[in-house]
Amino acid sequence: MPKTEAKISGARLMVELLEEYGVDIVFGYPGGAILPFYDELYKSTKIKHILVRHEQGAIHMAEGYARSTGKLGVCIATSGPGATNLVTGLTDAKLDSVPILAITGQVATNAIGTDAFQEADIYGITIPITKYNALIKSADDIARHFQEATLVALGGRPGPVLLDFPKDVQTELTSVRKVDKLKIDSRHYQKPPIGGDLDSFAAALNKAKRPLLYVGGGAINANASKEIRELAEKGNIPVTTTLMGIGAFPGTHQLSVGMLGMHGTAYANKAVLECDYILNLGARFDDRVAKPGEFAENAIRAHIDIDTAEFNKRVSVDYLLHGDLKEVLKALIPKVNKVDRPDWVGFLDTLKKNHPLEFDDSSDTIKPQGFLQKLYEKSKGKAIVSTDVGQHQMWAAQYYLFEEANRWLTSGGLGTMGYGLPAAIGAKFGNPDKTVICVSGDGSIQMNIQELATIAMYKKGVKILIFNNNFLGMVRQWQELFYEERFSESEWNYNPDFVKLGEAYSIKGLRISNKSEIDKALEFFLEDEDARILEVMIPAEEKVFPMIPAGKSQKDMIEFSDTVRAGKK
Amino acid sequence: MKHILKILVNNHPGVMSHVSGLFTRRSYNIDSIAVGVTQDPEISNMVIVVKGDDSVVEQVKRQLLKLPDVIDVEDLAYHDCISRELVLVVVKVEDSNRTEIISICEVFQAKIADLTKTTMTVEFSGNTRQVEHFMEMMQKYGIQEIARTGQIALKYRSN
Repeated sequence: MPKTEAKISGARLMVELLEEYGVDIVFGYPGGAILPFYDELYKSTKIKHILVRHEQGAIHMAEGYARSTGKLGVCIATSGPGATNLVTGLTDAKLDSVPILAITGQVATNAIGTDAFQEADIYGITIPITKYNALIKSADDIARHFQEATLVALGGRPGPVLLDFPKDVQTELTSVRKVDKLKIDSRHYQKPPIGGDLDSFAAALNKAKRPLLYVGGGAINANASKEIRELAEKGNIPVTTTLMGIGAFPGTHQLSVGMLGMHGTAYANKAVLECDYILNLGARFDDRVAKPGEFAENAIRAHIDIDTAEFNKRVSVDYLLHGDLKEVLKALIPKVNKVDRPDWVGFLDTLKKNHPLEFDDSSDTIKPQGFLQKLYEKSKGKAIVSTDVGQHQMWAAQYYLFEEANRWLTSGGLGTMGYGLPAAIGAKFGNPDKTVICVSGDGSIQMNIQELATIAMYKKGVKILIFNNNFLGMVRQWQELFYEERFSESEWNYNPDFVKLGEAYSIKGLRISNKSEIDKALEFFLEDEDARILEVMIPAEEKVFPMIPAGKSQKDMIEFSDTVRAGKK
Repeated sequence: MKHILKILVNNHPGVMSHVSGLFTRRSYNIDSIAVGVTQDPEISNMVIVVKGDDSVVEQVKRQLLKLPDVIDVEDLAYHDCISRELVLVVVKVEDSNRTEIISICEVFQAKIADLTKTTMTVEFSGNTRQVEHFMEMMQKYGIQEIARTGQIALKYRSN
């Protein structure tokens, strides 16, 4: 039987549950169907509400907050259009396994299903894009749904959850504040026991002559950086990471070969071809990395993951272990032999020397790659970097190195343009003492540019770097390489004046277009704690290399030097 | 290859959408789906029949187990389960063939549920093969309407 206490409203209870849970910041936007909740939020002294300019901004801020702090990110929206504006963010969080709790207002229960004003079946809409969702039908169910939702969001492979909260349930009185029994099974939130044969798994690794670790975002969610480093150093095993795994292993470590995949380093992709054993740690053999049937085809393939649905999904493996990555590695490391691998490590060092990341830096124009190298040096690699999606994202992934996890925020799975700016704001709220830089493009930044107002309103010192080539750069790159330079709708000549736009929000800005201006610009950009906009004009024809064309494998990688030889760089 | 998935789920609204949505996402055609409550009123039993290669069905099974409302999933092999399907068929009858149809129904142990001057509604239950066979026999008299439940299944306890 539920414990009974004095009756309070559903909205009051929801706020108290958030407080008890330790949520101290929520990102949201009010509206009719969520007003009782906002009224209770108004009275809360523990929860700070960040008012955004668009609900998509709210959920990406919650994502940036969650990914940079490791905590649950919470966002609030009203019913109908407010709720549907969360859909992209929920999908983003599902694909990148980010723990998000979205609370949406809903029309009163007696109006549900009648096409009432601002009604949308957000429960139905979000079924495929949440880990858990519920339409709360009675205030007596709030406590249970809240507990189930938060446990599921953070448990196992993390993900987004949504609670749809009808207006009359918000005002309904309840005395049920705690639940004795959850309806969901504990397997959805408890750490699973290690599944699989550790000994044969370790034996296969010990037999390998040229092993490679392939680290994904799951390593960051499992907080397994320390163990990965221990494993790599003990066995002298080189490490490559996916876009989502960046930071799980220090980018400057001698054993790091950087990112692999479509725009990974040449040495990482060559390492995949040359290795005789590849161990996937919390990655999902994504299609930007692994072509089924051709990925590390000569190697023994092994996989450790918390999600059994990832095993043999796209690429079949020879050995697998199920469980929390940190726990599994702790159990595995003692069984792994301490080996020096001078030949293999030396071979990769030579590859790094002979196939470095390259670009043509001979002109006075600013090359984004060179600029990012300078930014990395000037910020001492200490910043939290968020990106949008496109060329700038890949350049940032290649040229800004990270020593730690949770410093790199990017939309990996869904590839959401408009993610970068709100994610940076969310990260800054979670990490007020750290430098937070949003790296964006002239296309991406305009997808959620209204959040400049949120920066101005809360005086958040987010640094916004915009690479401007008056093009959708990545679209242009594909059109140039695969569509005979038919630049269908990728060029735009009507960008706003980003510097003036910043000024309109009291954010200082600067535009540069010549290499000689870089040092001064970076000083201006990073000099104090205030927000800045730095617009860097770059050549439209600049491309991201190396590149593995979509659907091809590591064998088909195009390097910068290949294009120079072919006379078209 | 045909698979019979027996899925135990929490008995509340929306669960059906969650489950069937997983099949839709993989553009899987569900051959039949039947849902009924179990001895525990809080829990329902879903039986889904799908065609697909083993590895993909295995994927769907693992994805299903990730849904908080799914309690258990079992892939029943055809040979070790009892499966039944109920079908109601309306066939045209004439005076000349009425006794013939009735005697076929007797052979199949099908029940005549309704009879008019021109039609007969027959109720038949059996496994999919038997149902197909029975329908084939009825075909020649002219089937006017069909209602099928989809398969339900349980594992044999004897072995």
